[in-house]
Amino acid sequence: MALFAFEQVTVAGVLRPRLDGVTAELPDGGVTAVAGPSGAGKSTLLRCCNRLEAPDAGVVRYRGEDLAARDVLAHRREVGMVFQQPVLFPGTVRDNLHVADPGLDDHAAAALLQRAALAPAFLDREAGSLSGGEGQRACLARALATRPRVLLMDEPTSALDRDATLLLERLMGELADDGVPVVLVTHDDEQRGRVADAVLELREGQVTHEHR
Amino acid sequence: MSTGEVGAAGLALSMVLVVAALALSRWQHLRLERDLVVSVVRSVIQLLIVGAALKLVVDPGAWLGWSWLWVVGIVVFAAATVARRAPELPGVFGIALAANAASAAIGMAVTFGLGIFEVSGRTIVPVAGMLVGNAMKSGVVAGRRLVDATAQQRAEIEARLALGLPADAAARPIVRATLRTAISPQIENTKALGFVFLPGAMTGLILAGVDPVQAVLTQGALMYLILGGVVVTTAVTTLLAQRRLFTADHRLVPLARSTADQ
Repeated sequence: MALFAFEQVTVAGVLRPRLDGVTAELPDGGVTAVAGPSGAGKSTLLRCCNRLEAPDAGVVRYRGEDLAARDVLAHRREVGMVFQQPVLFPGTVRDNLHVADPGLDDHAAAALLQRAALAPAFLDREAGSLSGGEGQRACLARALATRPRVLLMDEPTSALDRDATLLLERLMGELADDGVPVVLVTHDDEQRGRVADAVLELREGQVTHEHR
Repeated sequence: MSTGEVGAAGLALSMVLVVAALALSRWQHLRLERDLVVSVVRSVIQLLIVGAALKLVVDPGAWLGWSWLWVVGIVVFAAATVARRAPELPGVFGIALAANAASAAIGMAVTFGLGIFEVSGRTIVPVAGMLVGNAMKSGVVAGRRLVDATAQQRAEIEARLALGLPADAAARPIVRATLRTAISPQIENTKALGFVFLPGAMTGLILAGVDPVQAVLTQGALMYLILGGVVVTTAVTTLLAQRRLFTADHRLVPLARSTADQ
């Protein structure tokens, strides 16, 4: 069964639809790249997966279940998301993890940081003092704090240097190997070649290529 | 002039400075002459109409229902003003109507329920006007600020939503900041009361020959009522507006940032 299935999904836009009758399936495992040029509708498709956007027409299914019928808050905790820019909340890294899970103890928090390749000492670091790569990995740790079963990543390396990019790509692979499928939006063909197990290509809101 | 009464001649004399402003405008080619004349003529006509209507309402024999109807008019007019000044807020008229009505209702209940002023034609309309007039301004600030901050911090709000937080929790930091921004000026006004500025009601009473201590007590009571009204309006505006910024399934609605000046 597909992880996410799109059935004739349309999301309206200002000049033209951002998604225009998209029918596609994302496999339930590995890293799936959603590729295409700017304005192709990649981010919109990803945001439909955790209902930050809702289709104007069509159905999105999550493991066979109509997304619109699911409890949206529980769904978002099950389907984590890392955004294009690191968006950290005011306070320390620990404070950030506590937004996702207020009951998190330091031991569990340090384990989350470790999965994101950050030392436990980062717990006390002010979020505003982190570099781009550290910030994005702190966002990954925060997303993992809800114990998601799927991870959505919206061009998470676009603001990072090459070393930070390769580190984050390695972490994606590890998560996928651990049974947490990753859906990665990227416009970088090389990155797609490095990490993707499957590819969905979009252009002007429509699917142009589906490779599994 | 010792009684504080101003006759038609006094009113005319007070326009000496307007004439000076006209001269300045002409001398410096500011082209404000027309606006100045219109503003003076318009204000005189408006004040005369309001004065005549107030005379009917404050007359000891007048039916109090007229005063309460006037209060309703103030609330509706204030809501329309807020709607004009903060059009970027979805559902702004209804929100402002509820917020102004709440501050008027609570303020009037306290004013007359606790006997701060007696219920009469002379008190109802002026008290309501002061309450709603001041509260309305903070409602505009709250509405505009909330929309601006939400549009500006969209990424942060969506990051919270993506962690499974409900809309009200995701918006809480912005709601708090909005409440502080909208309420703080009135707190500062209250702090500066007396030393920095002499408010209108007190000045008017003293000019009208009322004992300054009595005038101060009246102004103090009004100021604290206004502060309460500002808090009520701001809270109702912000909390109702916050709901309009999200869909029922905890998504942020698209927003236009405000561009117009207040």
